[in-house]
Amino acid sequence: MTKSPGIRHRRLGRSAISRAAESVVGTLIGLSGWVAILILGAIAAFLFVSSARALREVGLGPMLTGEVWFPTSAHPKFGLLPAITGSLWVTVVALAVCVPFGVAAAVFISEFTWGRTKELLKSVIEFMAAIPSVVYGLLGLALLVPRVKVVFGLETGLTAFTAGLVVGIMALPTIVSISEDALRSVPKDLREGSLALGNTRWQTAYKVIVPSAASGIFAAVMLGLGRAIGETMVVLMLSGNRNEIAAAAFMPAKTLPGLVAGEMGETIRGGLHQSALFVAGLVLFTITFVVNLAADLVLEKQRRRWRR
Amino acid sequence: MSRVARARAAETAAKIIMGLATAGILATALFFLAYLLYRGLPAISLGFLTEMPMKRMTAGGIYPVIMGTLYLIAGTAVFAVPVGVAAGVYLAEYAPRNGWTRIIRLAIANMAGVPSIVYGLFGLSLFVIQLKLGVSLLAGSLTLAALTLPVIITTTEEALRQIPSDLRHASLALGATQLRTIVRVVLPAAAPNIVTGSILGLSRAAGETAPILFTAVTFFAPLPSSWSDKVMALPYHIYIMATQPAKPAPHIVWGSALVLVGIVSAVNIAAATWRSAQRKRIRW
Repeated sequence: MTKSPGIRHRRLGRSAISRAAESVVGTLIGLSGWVAILILGAIAAFLFVSSARALREVGLGPMLTGEVWFPTSAHPKFGLLPAITGSLWVTVVALAVCVPFGVAAAVFISEFTWGRTKELLKSVIEFMAAIPSVVYGLLGLALLVPRVKVVFGLETGLTAFTAGLVVGIMALPTIVSISEDALRSVPKDLREGSLALGNTRWQTAYKVIVPSAASGIFAAVMLGLGRAIGETMVVLMLSGNRNEIAAAAFMPAKTLPGLVAGEMGETIRGGLHQSALFVAGLVLFTITFVVNLAADLVLEKQRRRWRR
Repeated sequence: MSRVARARAAETAAKIIMGLATAGILATALFFLAYLLYRGLPAISLGFLTEMPMKRMTAGGIYPVIMGTLYLIAGTAVFAVPVGVAAGVYLAEYAPRNGWTRIIRLAIANMAGVPSIVYGLFGLSLFVIQLKLGVSLLAGSLTLAALTLPVIITTTEEALRQIPSDLRHASLALGATQLRTIVRVVLPAAAPNIVTGSILGLSRAAGETAPILFTAVTFFAPLPSSWSDKVMALPYHIYIMATQPAKPAPHIVWGSALVLVGIVSAVNIAAATWRSAQRKRIRW
Protein backbone atom coordinates (compact mmCIF):
# COMPACT_ATOMS: atom_id res chain seq x y z
CA MET A 1 0.00 0.00 0.00
CA THR A 2 1.30 3.45 -0.71
CA LYS A 3 1.99 5.61 2.27
CA SER A 4 -0.27 8.53 2.90
CA PRO A 5 0.59 11.34 0.54
CA GLY A 6 2.72 14.25 1.41
CA ILE A 7 3.73 15.40 -2.01
CA ARG A 8 7.37 15.31 -1.18
CA HIS A 9 7.24 11.80 0.26
CA ARG A 10 4.81 10.21 -2.20
CA ARG A 11 5.95 6.79 -3.26
CA LEU A 12 5.11 6.45 -6.91
CA GLY A 13 4.23 3.13 -8.44
CA ARG A 14 3.22 0.07 -6.51
CA SER A 15 5.12 -2.24 -4.27
CA ALA A 16 6.24 -5.60 -5.55
CA ILE A 17 3.74 -7.36 -3.31
CA SER A 18 0.85 -5.36 -4.65
CA ARG A 19 1.94 -6.03 -8.20
CA ALA A 20 2.29 -9.75 -7.53
CA ALA A 21 -1.10 -9.88 -5.82
CA GLU A 22 -2.63 -8.14 -8.77
CA SER A 23 -1.27 -10.58 -11.28
CA VAL A 24 -2.37 -13.56 -9.17
CA VAL A 25 -5.88 -12.23 -8.84
CA GLY A 26 -5.91 -11.31 -12.49
CA THR A 27 -4.94 -14.84 -13.46
CA LEU A 28 -7.60 -16.30 -11.18
CA ILE A 29 -10.22 -14.11 -12.76
CA GLY A 30 -9.06 -15.10 -16.21
CA LEU A 31 -9.22 -18.77 -15.31
CA SER A 32 -12.67 -18.50 -13.81
CA GLY A 33 -13.97 -17.24 -17.10
CA TRP A 34 -13.46 -20.71 -18.44
CA VAL A 35 -15.18 -22.47 -15.59
CA ALA A 36 -18.44 -22.86 -17.50
CA ILE A 37 -16.79 -24.69 -20.36
CA LEU A 38 -14.86 -26.72 -17.84
CA ILE A 39 -17.95 -27.80 -15.93
CA LEU A 40 -19.98 -28.54 -19.03
CA GLY A 41 -17.15 -30.67 -20.32
CA ALA A 42 -16.77 -32.33 -16.94
CA ILE A 43 -20.45 -33.21 -16.87
CA ALA A 44 -20.19 -34.92 -20.23
CA ALA A 45 -16.95 -36.61 -19.27
CA PHE A 46 -18.11 -38.00 -15.95
CA LEU A 47 -21.41 -39.14 -17.37
CA PHE A 48 -19.39 -41.06 -19.93
CA VAL A 49 -17.04 -42.51 -17.36
CA SER A 50 -19.89 -43.83 -15.27
CA SER A 51 -21.79 -45.10 -18.30
CA ALA A 52 -18.80 -46.96 -19.64
CA ARG A 53 -19.64 -50.30 -18.10
CA ALA A 54 -23.18 -50.43 -19.46
CA LEU A 55 -22.10 -49.11 -22.82
CA ARG A 56 -19.52 -51.84 -23.02
CA GLU A 57 -21.60 -54.72 -21.74
CA VAL A 58 -24.98 -53.87 -23.19
CA GLY A 59 -24.23 -51.41 -25.95
CA LEU A 60 -25.82 -48.10 -26.82
CA GLY A 61 -27.85 -49.40 -29.75
CA PRO A 62 -29.57 -52.19 -27.83
CA MET A 63 -30.25 -49.78 -24.99
CA LEU A 64 -31.83 -47.15 -27.17
CA THR A 65 -34.03 -49.61 -29.01
CA GLY A 66 -34.64 -52.16 -26.30
CA GLU A 67 -38.28 -52.45 -25.34
CA VAL A 68 -37.87 -53.99 -21.96
CA TRP A 69 -36.36 -52.43 -18.86
CA PHE A 70 -35.93 -55.13 -16.29
CA PRO A 71 -32.76 -54.56 -14.33
CA THR A 72 -33.49 -56.94 -11.51
CA SER A 73 -34.14 -60.15 -13.35
CA ALA A 74 -31.65 -62.99 -13.71
CA HIS A 75 -31.02 -61.87 -17.27
CA PRO A 76 -31.29 -58.14 -16.79
CA LYS A 77 -32.65 -56.10 -19.64
CA PHE A 78 -31.81 -52.45 -20.11
CA GLY A 79 -34.05 -51.19 -22.87
CA LEU A 80 -34.60 -47.47 -22.71
CA LEU A 81 -37.43 -47.27 -25.21
CA PRO A 82 -40.20 -47.26 -22.58
CA ALA A 83 -38.52 -44.38 -20.79
CA ILE A 84 -37.89 -42.49 -24.01
CA THR A 85 -41.47 -42.85 -25.21
CA GLY A 86 -42.75 -41.92 -21.77
CA SER A 87 -40.67 -38.77 -21.81
CA LEU A 88 -41.99 -38.06 -25.28
CA TRP A 89 -45.61 -38.31 -24.15
CA VAL A 90 -45.04 -36.09 -21.17
CA THR A 91 -43.29 -33.53 -23.35
CA VAL A 92 -46.02 -33.57 -25.99
CA VAL A 93 -48.72 -32.96 -23.40
CA ALA A 94 -46.59 -30.30 -21.71
CA LEU A 95 -45.99 -28.44 -24.96
CA ALA A 96 -49.68 -28.66 -25.87
CA VAL A 97 -50.37 -26.83 -22.64
CA CYS A 98 -47.55 -24.34 -22.38
CA VAL A 99 -47.07 -23.19 -25.96
CA PRO A 100 -50.56 -21.87 -26.77
CA PHE A 101 -51.15 -20.46 -23.31
CA GLY A 102 -47.62 -19.18 -22.95
CA VAL A 103 -47.32 -17.41 -26.28
CA ALA A 104 -50.84 -15.99 -26.02
CA ALA A 105 -50.09 -14.67 -22.56
CA ALA A 106 -46.76 -13.25 -23.68
CA VAL A 107 -48.35 -11.38 -26.57
CA PHE A 108 -51.15 -10.17 -24.33
CA ILE A 109 -48.82 -8.96 -21.58
CA SER A 110 -46.39 -7.38 -24.02
CA GLU A 111 -48.80 -5.66 -26.39
CA PHE A 112 -52.04 -5.12 -24.50
CA THR A 113 -51.09 -4.25 -20.97
CA TRP A 114 -49.19 -1.32 -19.56
CA GLY A 115 -47.85 0.05 -16.35
CA ARG A 116 -49.00 -1.50 -13.13
CA THR A 117 -51.07 -4.27 -14.66
CA LYS A 118 -48.08 -5.33 -16.68
CA GLU A 119 -45.79 -5.28 -13.66
CA LEU A 120 -48.30 -7.24 -11.63
CA LEU A 121 -48.71 -9.91 -14.30
CA LYS A 122 -44.98 -10.24 -14.74
CA SER A 123 -44.55 -10.60 -10.99
CA VAL A 124 -47.08 -13.40 -10.86
CA ILE A 125 -45.28 -15.21 -13.66
CA GLU A 126 -41.96 -14.78 -11.86
CA PHE A 127 -43.54 -16.10 -8.71
CA MET A 128 -44.70 -19.20 -10.59
CA ALA A 129 -41.15 -19.76 -11.71
CA ALA A 130 -39.90 -19.65 -8.16
CA ILE A 131 -42.09 -22.46 -6.88
CA PRO A 132 -39.95 -25.55 -6.41
CA SER A 133 -40.75 -28.51 -8.63
CA VAL A 134 -41.40 -30.83 -5.71
CA VAL A 135 -44.19 -28.50 -4.54
CA TYR A 136 -45.71 -28.62 -8.01
CA GLY A 137 -45.53 -32.39 -7.74
CA LEU A 138 -47.25 -32.34 -4.37
CA LEU A 139 -50.01 -30.07 -5.65
CA GLY A 140 -50.43 -32.29 -8.69
CA LEU A 141 -50.74 -35.34 -6.46
CA ALA A 142 -53.38 -33.73 -4.34
CA LEU A 143 -55.36 -31.82 -6.94
CA LEU A 144 -54.89 -33.40 -10.35
CA VAL A 145 -54.34 -37.11 -9.88
CA PRO A 146 -57.74 -37.91 -8.40
CA ARG A 147 -59.50 -35.58 -10.87
CA VAL A 148 -57.78 -37.05 -13.92
CA LYS A 149 -58.76 -40.50 -12.78
CA VAL A 150 -62.39 -39.51 -12.44
CA VAL A 151 -62.70 -37.29 -15.48
CA PHE A 152 -61.13 -39.75 -17.88
CA GLY A 153 -62.31 -42.92 -16.20
CA LEU A 154 -58.88 -44.42 -15.74
CA GLU A 155 -57.51 -47.05 -13.44
CA THR A 156 -55.18 -44.55 -11.89
CA GLY A 157 -54.58 -40.87 -12.13
CA LEU A 158 -50.82 -41.39 -12.23
CA THR A 159 -50.26 -41.04 -15.94
CA ALA A 160 -48.00 -39.39 -18.43
CA PHE A 161 -50.88 -37.02 -19.14
CA THR A 162 -51.09 -35.85 -15.53
CA ALA A 163 -47.37 -35.34 -15.34
CA GLY A 164 -47.43 -33.56 -18.69
CA LEU A 165 -50.08 -31.13 -17.47
CA VAL A 166 -48.04 -30.09 -14.47
CA VAL A 167 -44.77 -29.96 -16.42
CA GLY A 168 -46.56 -27.74 -18.91
CA ILE A 169 -47.63 -25.42 -16.13
CA MET A 170 -44.07 -25.35 -14.85
CA ALA A 171 -42.68 -24.49 -18.27
CA LEU A 172 -45.11 -21.60 -18.71
CA PRO A 173 -43.02 -18.95 -16.97
CA THR A 174 -40.02 -19.81 -19.13
CA ILE A 175 -41.97 -19.44 -22.34
CA VAL A 176 -43.80 -16.33 -21.22
CA SER A 177 -40.76 -14.41 -20.04
CA ILE A 178 -38.46 -15.26 -22.93
CA SER A 179 -41.20 -14.64 -25.51
CA GLU A 180 -42.00 -11.38 -23.79
CA ASP A 181 -38.33 -10.41 -23.95
CA ALA A 182 -38.32 -11.17 -27.66
CA LEU A 183 -41.45 -9.13 -28.23
CA ARG A 184 -40.10 -6.24 -26.18
CA SER A 185 -36.87 -6.14 -28.14
CA VAL A 186 -38.70 -5.31 -31.35
CA PRO A 187 -37.90 -1.61 -31.88
CA LYS A 188 -40.60 0.83 -30.97
CA ASP A 189 -40.52 2.40 -34.44
CA LEU A 190 -42.07 -0.64 -36.05
CA ARG A 191 -44.88 -0.67 -33.54
CA GLU A 192 -45.51 3.05 -33.79
CA GLY A 193 -45.24 3.04 -37.57
CA SER A 194 -47.82 0.33 -37.87
CA LEU A 195 -50.21 2.05 -35.51
CA ALA A 196 -49.68 5.33 -37.33
CA LEU A 197 -50.72 3.67 -40.56
CA GLY A 198 -54.04 2.80 -38.99
CA ASN A 199 -53.58 -0.75 -37.82
CA THR A 200 -55.26 -1.81 -34.63
CA ARG A 201 -53.04 -3.05 -31.82
CA TRP A 202 -54.00 -6.59 -32.69
CA GLN A 203 -53.17 -6.15 -36.35
CA THR A 204 -49.87 -4.62 -35.34
CA ALA A 205 -49.23 -7.56 -33.07
CA TYR A 206 -49.85 -10.35 -35.52
CA LYS A 207 -48.68 -8.63 -38.69
CA VAL A 208 -45.59 -6.86 -37.43
CA ILE A 209 -44.44 -7.61 -33.90
CA VAL A 210 -44.90 -11.35 -33.66
CA PRO A 211 -43.26 -12.09 -37.04
CA SER A 212 -40.30 -9.90 -36.07
CA ALA A 213 -39.95 -11.67 -32.76
CA ALA A 214 -40.68 -15.06 -34.26
CA SER A 215 -37.20 -16.45 -33.82
CA GLY A 216 -37.12 -15.33 -30.21
CA ILE A 217 -40.48 -16.93 -29.55
CA PHE A 218 -39.28 -20.07 -31.24
CA ALA A 219 -36.22 -20.09 -29.00
CA ALA A 220 -38.49 -19.60 -25.99
CA VAL A 221 -40.48 -22.66 -27.01
CA MET A 222 -37.32 -24.68 -27.45
CA LEU A 223 -36.06 -23.67 -24.01
CA GLY A 224 -39.46 -24.59 -22.60
CA LEU A 225 -39.13 -27.92 -24.38
CA GLY A 226 -35.75 -28.46 -22.81
CA ARG A 227 -37.16 -27.73 -19.39
CA ALA A 228 -40.04 -30.08 -19.98
CA ILE A 229 -37.83 -32.97 -21.04
CA GLY A 230 -35.54 -32.59 -18.07
CA GLU A 231 -38.10 -32.04 -15.34
CA THR A 232 -37.57 -34.74 -12.76
CA MET A 233 -39.56 -34.41 -9.56
CA VAL A 234 -42.94 -33.89 -11.18
CA VAL A 235 -42.60 -36.91 -13.44
CA LEU A 236 -41.21 -38.93 -10.60
CA MET A 237 -44.23 -38.19 -8.47
CA LEU A 238 -46.98 -38.11 -11.05
CA SER A 239 -46.29 -40.27 -14.06
CA GLY A 240 -46.73 -43.65 -12.50
CA ASN A 241 -44.15 -46.26 -13.09
CA ARG A 242 -45.10 -48.82 -15.62
CA ASN A 243 -42.53 -51.03 -17.18
CA GLU A 244 -44.04 -51.11 -20.62
CA ILE A 245 -44.06 -48.75 -23.50
CA ALA A 246 -47.03 -46.46 -23.00
CA ALA A 247 -49.34 -46.66 -25.97
CA ALA A 248 -51.09 -43.44 -25.11
CA ALA A 249 -50.62 -40.54 -22.79
CA PHE A 250 -53.35 -41.67 -20.45
CA MET A 251 -51.34 -44.53 -19.09
CA PRO A 252 -48.66 -44.69 -16.47
CA ALA A 253 -45.23 -44.36 -17.97
CA LYS A 254 -41.61 -44.18 -17.11
CA THR A 255 -39.58 -41.21 -18.17
CA LEU A 256 -35.85 -40.75 -18.53
CA PRO A 257 -35.42 -38.41 -15.55
CA GLY A 258 -37.93 -40.34 -13.46
CA LEU A 259 -36.16 -43.60 -14.20
CA VAL A 260 -32.82 -42.26 -13.07
CA ALA A 261 -34.11 -40.54 -9.96
CA GLY A 262 -36.35 -43.40 -8.95
CA GLU A 263 -33.96 -46.29 -9.27
CA MET A 264 -30.56 -44.82 -8.49
CA GLY A 265 -31.06 -45.31 -4.80
CA GLU A 266 -31.49 -49.02 -5.26
CA THR A 267 -28.35 -49.68 -7.24
CA ILE A 268 -24.98 -50.96 -6.19
CA ARG A 269 -22.14 -48.56 -6.70
CA GLY A 270 -20.26 -49.53 -9.82
CA GLY A 271 -22.86 -52.09 -10.78
CA LEU A 272 -24.34 -52.60 -14.20
CA HIS A 273 -27.73 -51.23 -13.18
CA GLN A 274 -26.19 -48.02 -11.97
CA SER A 275 -24.12 -47.73 -15.11
CA ALA A 276 -27.25 -48.22 -17.23
CA LEU A 277 -28.94 -45.41 -15.34
CA PHE A 278 -25.98 -43.20 -16.16
CA VAL A 279 -26.51 -44.05 -19.82
CA ALA A 280 -30.09 -42.83 -19.46
CA GLY A 281 -28.70 -39.66 -17.93
CA LEU A 282 -26.27 -39.32 -20.80
CA VAL A 283 -29.08 -39.64 -23.33
CA LEU A 284 -31.04 -37.00 -21.44
CA PHE A 285 -28.05 -34.69 -21.28
CA THR A 286 -27.40 -35.05 -25.00
CA ILE A 287 -30.99 -34.27 -25.92
CA THR A 288 -31.22 -31.18 -23.75
CA PHE A 289 -27.74 -30.05 -24.77
CA VAL A 290 -28.70 -30.08 -28.44
CA VAL A 291 -32.09 -28.45 -27.90
CA ASN A 292 -30.62 -25.74 -25.68
CA LEU A 293 -27.71 -25.08 -28.01
CA ALA A 294 -30.08 -24.61 -30.94
CA ALA A 295 -32.25 -22.26 -28.91
CA ASP A 296 -29.28 -20.26 -27.65
CA LEU A 297 -27.87 -19.85 -31.15
CA VAL A 298 -31.23 -18.57 -32.35
CA LEU A 299 -31.43 -16.12 -29.44
CA GLU A 300 -27.89 -14.96 -30.11
CA LYS A 301 -28.72 -14.25 -33.72
CA GLN A 302 -31.86 -12.37 -32.73
CA ARG A 303 -29.95 -10.28 -30.24
CA ARG A 304 -27.40 -9.32 -32.84
CA ARG A 305 -30.15 -8.48 -35.28
CA TRP A 306 -31.81 -5.98 -33.03
CA ARG A 307 -28.71 -4.53 -31.45
CA ARG A 308 -29.23 -0.82 -31.08
CA MET B 1 -69.12 -4.42 -42.06
CA SER B 2 -66.48 -1.90 -42.90
CA ARG B 3 -62.87 -2.93 -42.76
CA VAL B 4 -62.30 -0.82 -39.72
CA ALA B 5 -65.22 -2.32 -37.87
CA ARG B 6 -64.06 -5.80 -38.80
CA ALA B 7 -60.56 -5.06 -37.60
CA ARG B 8 -61.88 -3.72 -34.31
CA ALA B 9 -64.09 -6.74 -33.83
CA ALA B 10 -61.16 -9.04 -34.55
CA GLU B 11 -59.10 -7.14 -32.00
CA THR B 12 -61.75 -7.49 -29.35
CA ALA B 13 -62.04 -11.19 -30.03
CA ALA B 14 -58.27 -11.61 -29.89
CA LYS B 15 -58.05 -9.65 -26.67
CA ILE B 16 -60.71 -11.83 -25.09
CA ILE B 17 -59.00 -15.05 -26.11
CA MET B 18 -55.53 -13.96 -25.06
CA GLY B 19 -56.91 -12.39 -21.92
CA LEU B 20 -58.57 -15.67 -21.04
CA ALA B 21 -55.33 -17.53 -21.59
CA THR B 22 -53.49 -15.13 -19.31
CA ALA B 23 -56.27 -15.22 -16.77
CA GLY B 24 -56.17 -19.00 -16.88
CA ILE B 25 -52.49 -19.00 -16.01
CA LEU B 26 -53.05 -16.53 -13.18
CA ALA B 27 -55.99 -18.45 -11.86
CA THR B 28 -53.99 -21.67 -11.81
CA ALA B 29 -51.11 -20.03 -9.97
CA LEU B 30 -53.38 -18.38 -7.44
CA PHE B 31 -55.41 -21.53 -6.92
CA PHE B 32 -52.27 -23.55 -6.28
CA LEU B 33 -51.06 -20.97 -3.80
CA ALA B 34 -54.42 -20.82 -2.07
CA TYR B 35 -54.58 -24.59 -1.76
CA LEU B 36 -51.06 -24.72 -0.42
CA LEU B 37 -51.97 -22.16 2.22
CA TYR B 38 -55.18 -23.97 3.01
CA ARG B 39 -53.46 -27.30 3.64
CA GLY B 40 -50.22 -25.96 5.03
CA LEU B 41 -51.13 -23.11 7.37
CA PRO B 42 -52.76 -25.33 9.99
CA ALA B 43 -49.47 -27.13 10.36
CA ILE B 44 -47.35 -24.07 10.96
CA SER B 45 -46.59 -23.20 14.53
CA LEU B 46 -43.54 -22.10 16.41
CA GLY B 47 -43.06 -25.67 17.53
CA PHE B 48 -43.22 -26.94 13.99
CA LEU B 49 -40.38 -24.71 13.01
CA THR B 50 -38.15 -25.26 15.98
CA GLU B 51 -38.61 -28.81 17.18
CA MET B 52 -37.07 -32.03 16.09
CA PRO B 53 -39.27 -34.61 14.39
CA MET B 54 -40.78 -37.23 16.61
CA LYS B 55 -42.57 -40.54 16.29
CA ARG B 56 -40.99 -41.35 12.94
CA MET B 57 -41.87 -38.06 11.32
CA THR B 58 -45.50 -38.11 12.26
CA ALA B 59 -45.26 -35.47 14.92
CA GLY B 60 -43.01 -32.75 16.14
CA GLY B 61 -41.27 -30.22 14.00
CA ILE B 62 -38.97 -29.94 11.02
CA TYR B 63 -36.20 -27.92 12.58
CA PRO B 64 -33.32 -30.09 11.32
CA VAL B 65 -34.86 -30.11 7.85
CA ILE B 66 -34.96 -26.33 7.71
CA MET B 67 -31.44 -26.07 9.09
CA GLY B 68 -30.23 -28.68 6.62
CA THR B 69 -31.54 -26.60 3.75
CA LEU B 70 -29.91 -23.49 5.17
CA TYR B 71 -26.59 -25.28 5.55
CA LEU B 72 -26.80 -26.50 1.96
CA ILE B 73 -27.48 -23.00 0.73
CA ALA B 74 -24.61 -21.58 2.74
CA GLY B 75 -22.32 -24.27 1.36
CA THR B 76 -23.48 -23.57 -2.16
CA ALA B 77 -22.85 -19.87 -1.70
CA VAL B 78 -19.31 -20.50 -0.45
CA PHE B 79 -18.42 -22.24 -3.69
CA ALA B 80 -20.65 -20.60 -6.24
CA VAL B 81 -20.40 -16.91 -5.39
CA PRO B 82 -16.62 -16.35 -5.55
CA VAL B 83 -16.21 -18.34 -8.74
CA GLY B 84 -19.36 -16.95 -10.30
CA VAL B 85 -18.55 -13.32 -9.55
CA ALA B 86 -14.99 -13.78 -10.78
CA ALA B 87 -16.25 -15.30 -14.01
CA GLY B 88 -18.76 -12.49 -14.40
CA VAL B 89 -16.00 -9.96 -13.86
CA TYR B 90 -13.92 -11.69 -16.50
CA LEU B 91 -16.76 -11.59 -19.03
CA ALA B 92 -17.66 -7.98 -18.38
CA GLU B 93 -14.22 -6.44 -17.96
CA TYR B 94 -11.55 -8.58 -19.54
CA ALA B 95 -12.92 -10.89 -22.15
CA PRO B 96 -11.97 -10.09 -25.73
CA ARG B 97 -14.68 -10.11 -28.35
CA ASN B 98 -13.72 -13.28 -30.10
CA GLY B 99 -14.96 -16.76 -30.82
CA TRP B 100 -13.71 -18.17 -27.54
CA THR B 101 -15.73 -15.70 -25.54
CA ARG B 102 -18.74 -16.58 -27.62
CA ILE B 103 -18.23 -20.23 -26.77
CA ILE B 104 -17.95 -19.35 -23.09
CA ARG B 105 -21.26 -17.51 -23.22
CA LEU B 106 -22.92 -20.38 -25.05
CA ALA B 107 -21.57 -22.77 -22.44
CA ILE B 108 -23.02 -20.66 -19.65
CA ALA B 109 -26.40 -20.49 -21.35
CA ASN B 110 -26.29 -24.22 -21.93
CA MET B 111 -25.40 -24.93 -18.31
CA ALA B 112 -28.53 -23.08 -17.30
CA GLY B 113 -30.62 -25.54 -19.28
CA VAL B 114 -29.03 -28.77 -18.10
CA PRO B 115 -31.66 -30.80 -16.20
CA SER B 116 -31.17 -30.84 -12.47
CA ILE B 117 -31.07 -34.64 -12.43
CA VAL B 118 -28.06 -34.52 -14.72
CA TYR B 119 -26.33 -32.26 -12.21
CA GLY B 120 -27.25 -34.85 -9.62
CA LEU B 121 -25.64 -37.59 -11.68
CA PHE B 122 -22.60 -35.40 -12.26
CA GLY B 123 -22.33 -34.76 -8.54
CA LEU B 124 -22.71 -38.44 -7.77
CA SER B 125 -20.08 -39.45 -10.28
CA LEU B 126 -17.50 -36.75 -9.51
CA PHE B 127 -17.94 -35.67 -5.93
CA VAL B 128 -19.44 -38.67 -4.22
CA ILE B 129 -17.66 -41.47 -6.06
CA GLN B 130 -14.50 -40.23 -7.75
CA LEU B 131 -13.45 -37.70 -5.15
CA LYS B 132 -14.69 -40.03 -2.44
CA LEU B 133 -16.58 -37.32 -0.60
CA GLY B 134 -19.45 -39.69 -0.03
CA VAL B 135 -23.01 -38.55 0.38
CA SER B 136 -22.36 -35.40 2.32
CA LEU B 137 -23.05 -31.74 2.82
CA LEU B 138 -19.87 -31.02 0.88
CA ALA B 139 -20.83 -33.09 -2.14
CA GLY B 140 -24.32 -31.61 -2.16
CA SER B 141 -23.03 -28.07 -1.86
CA LEU B 142 -20.58 -28.56 -4.70
CA THR B 143 -23.30 -30.04 -6.90
CA LEU B 144 -25.72 -27.21 -6.14
CA ALA B 145 -22.91 -24.73 -6.71
CA ALA B 146 -22.40 -26.06 -10.24
CA LEU B 147 -26.13 -25.70 -10.79
CA THR B 148 -26.21 -22.11 -9.49
CA LEU B 149 -23.07 -20.93 -11.24
CA PRO B 150 -24.64 -19.83 -14.54
CA VAL B 151 -27.17 -17.67 -12.73
CA ILE B 152 -24.51 -15.89 -10.68
CA ILE B 153 -22.22 -15.38 -13.66
CA THR B 154 -25.01 -13.92 -15.77
CA THR B 155 -26.27 -11.69 -13.03
CA THR B 156 -22.78 -10.40 -12.22
CA GLU B 157 -21.99 -9.66 -15.83
CA GLU B 158 -25.22 -7.79 -16.36
CA ALA B 159 -24.76 -5.83 -13.16
CA LEU B 160 -21.26 -4.80 -14.18
CA ARG B 161 -22.37 -3.81 -17.64
CA GLN B 162 -24.87 -1.39 -16.17
CA ILE B 163 -22.14 0.65 -14.51
CA PRO B 164 -21.33 3.58 -16.82
CA SER B 165 -17.85 3.56 -18.30
CA ASP B 166 -17.15 7.07 -17.02
CA LEU B 167 -16.46 5.68 -13.57
CA ARG B 168 -13.95 3.23 -14.95
CA HIS B 169 -12.28 5.84 -17.10
CA ALA B 170 -12.07 8.29 -14.23
CA SER B 171 -10.45 5.71 -12.01
CA LEU B 172 -7.99 4.64 -14.68
CA ALA B 173 -7.19 8.25 -15.46
CA LEU B 174 -6.29 8.77 -11.82
CA GLY B 175 -3.70 6.04 -12.13
CA ALA B 176 -5.42 2.96 -10.78
CA THR B 177 -4.86 -0.36 -12.45
CA GLN B 178 -7.72 -2.16 -14.11
CA LEU B 179 -7.97 -4.66 -11.27
CA ARG B 180 -8.01 -1.96 -8.63
CA THR B 181 -10.65 -0.09 -10.61
CA ILE B 182 -12.80 -3.16 -10.68
CA VAL B 183 -12.35 -4.05 -7.04
CA ARG B 184 -12.58 -0.56 -5.58
CA VAL B 185 -14.94 1.21 -7.96
CA VAL B 186 -16.99 -0.97 -10.26
CA LEU B 187 -17.77 -3.96 -8.06
CA PRO B 188 -18.95 -1.92 -5.09
CA ALA B 189 -21.18 0.04 -7.41
CA ALA B 190 -22.65 -3.12 -8.88
CA ALA B 191 -22.79 -4.94 -5.56
CA PRO B 192 -26.50 -4.49 -4.84
CA ASN B 193 -27.50 -6.04 -8.12
CA ILE B 194 -24.96 -8.81 -7.80
CA VAL B 195 -26.12 -9.62 -4.30
CA THR B 196 -29.80 -9.66 -5.26
CA GLY B 197 -29.22 -11.83 -8.28
CA SER B 198 -27.06 -14.25 -6.36
CA ILE B 199 -29.59 -14.53 -3.57
CA LEU B 200 -32.32 -15.25 -6.10
CA GLY B 201 -30.18 -17.92 -7.70
CA LEU B 202 -29.42 -19.46 -4.33
CA SER B 203 -33.08 -19.49 -3.38
CA ARG B 204 -33.77 -21.46 -6.53
CA ALA B 205 -31.11 -23.93 -5.50
CA ALA B 206 -32.84 -24.25 -2.14
CA GLY B 207 -35.87 -25.74 -3.83
CA GLU B 208 -34.04 -28.29 -5.94
CA THR B 209 -34.44 -31.94 -5.09
CA ALA B 210 -32.80 -33.93 -7.86
CA PRO B 211 -29.24 -32.64 -7.41
CA ILE B 212 -29.21 -33.52 -3.73
CA LEU B 213 -31.04 -36.84 -4.02
CA PHE B 214 -27.91 -38.90 -4.25
CA THR B 215 -25.34 -36.43 -3.09
CA ALA B 216 -26.38 -35.03 0.23
CA VAL B 217 -29.65 -36.05 1.77
CA THR B 218 -31.03 -38.79 3.86
CA PHE B 219 -34.38 -39.27 5.51
CA PHE B 220 -33.28 -38.61 9.01
CA ALA B 221 -30.10 -36.99 10.15
CA PRO B 222 -29.17 -34.81 13.09
CA LEU B 223 -27.91 -31.34 12.50
CA PRO B 224 -24.71 -31.54 10.50
CA SER B 225 -21.56 -30.95 12.46
CA SER B 226 -19.09 -31.25 9.63
CA TRP B 227 -18.84 -31.07 5.87
CA SER B 228 -19.02 -34.84 5.57
CA ASP B 229 -22.32 -35.30 7.35
CA LYS B 230 -25.50 -36.17 5.55
CA VAL B 231 -28.23 -33.62 5.90
CA MET B 232 -31.96 -33.35 5.75
CA ALA B 233 -33.44 -30.86 3.34
CA LEU B 234 -36.89 -29.45 2.75
CA PRO B 235 -37.39 -30.51 -0.87
CA TYR B 236 -36.29 -34.08 -0.20
CA HIS B 237 -38.39 -34.25 2.95
CA ILE B 238 -41.46 -33.15 1.04
CA TYR B 239 -40.80 -35.66 -1.72
CA ILE B 240 -40.32 -38.60 0.61
CA MET B 241 -43.32 -37.82 2.75
CA ALA B 242 -45.54 -37.13 -0.23
CA THR B 243 -44.77 -40.45 -1.86
CA GLN B 244 -45.24 -42.73 1.12
CA PRO B 245 -48.07 -45.15 0.45
CA ALA B 246 -49.55 -44.59 3.88
CA LYS B 247 -49.92 -40.98 4.90
CA PRO B 248 -50.10 -40.80 8.64
CA ALA B 249 -49.24 -37.13 8.95
CA PRO B 250 -50.27 -35.13 5.88
CA HIS B 251 -49.99 -31.88 7.74
CA ILE B 252 -46.23 -32.30 8.00
CA VAL B 253 -45.91 -32.58 4.23
CA TRP B 254 -48.01 -29.53 3.54
CA GLY B 255 -46.41 -27.59 6.34
CA SER B 256 -42.98 -28.36 4.95
CA ALA B 257 -44.09 -27.39 1.46
CA LEU B 258 -45.47 -24.10 2.76
CA VAL B 259 -42.26 -23.41 4.69
CA LEU B 260 -40.19 -24.03 1.57
CA VAL B 261 -42.38 -21.85 -0.63
CA GLY B 262 -42.49 -19.30 2.14
CA ILE B 263 -38.72 -19.10 2.40
CA VAL B 264 -38.26 -18.90 -1.36
CA SER B 265 -40.99 -16.27 -1.76
CA ALA B 266 -39.81 -14.19 1.17
CA VAL B 267 -36.27 -14.17 -0.19
CA ASN B 268 -37.48 -13.25 -3.68
CA ILE B 269 -39.70 -10.45 -2.44
CA ALA B 270 -37.05 -9.10 -0.09
CA ALA B 271 -34.43 -9.15 -2.83
CA ALA B 272 -36.70 -7.50 -5.37
CA THR B 273 -37.80 -4.82 -2.93
CA TRP B 274 -34.25 -4.07 -1.87
CA ARG B 275 -33.17 -3.85 -5.47
CA SER B 276 -35.82 -1.33 -6.41
CA ALA B 277 -35.03 0.70 -3.31
CA GLN B 278 -31.38 0.76 -4.33
CA ARG B 279 -32.30 1.74 -7.84
CA LYS B 280 -34.18 4.75 -6.62
CA ARG B 281 -31.23 5.79 -4.48
CA ILE B 282 -28.50 5.57 -7.06
CA ARG B 283 -28.95 7.61 -10.15
CA TRP B 284 -26.36 7.42 -12.84
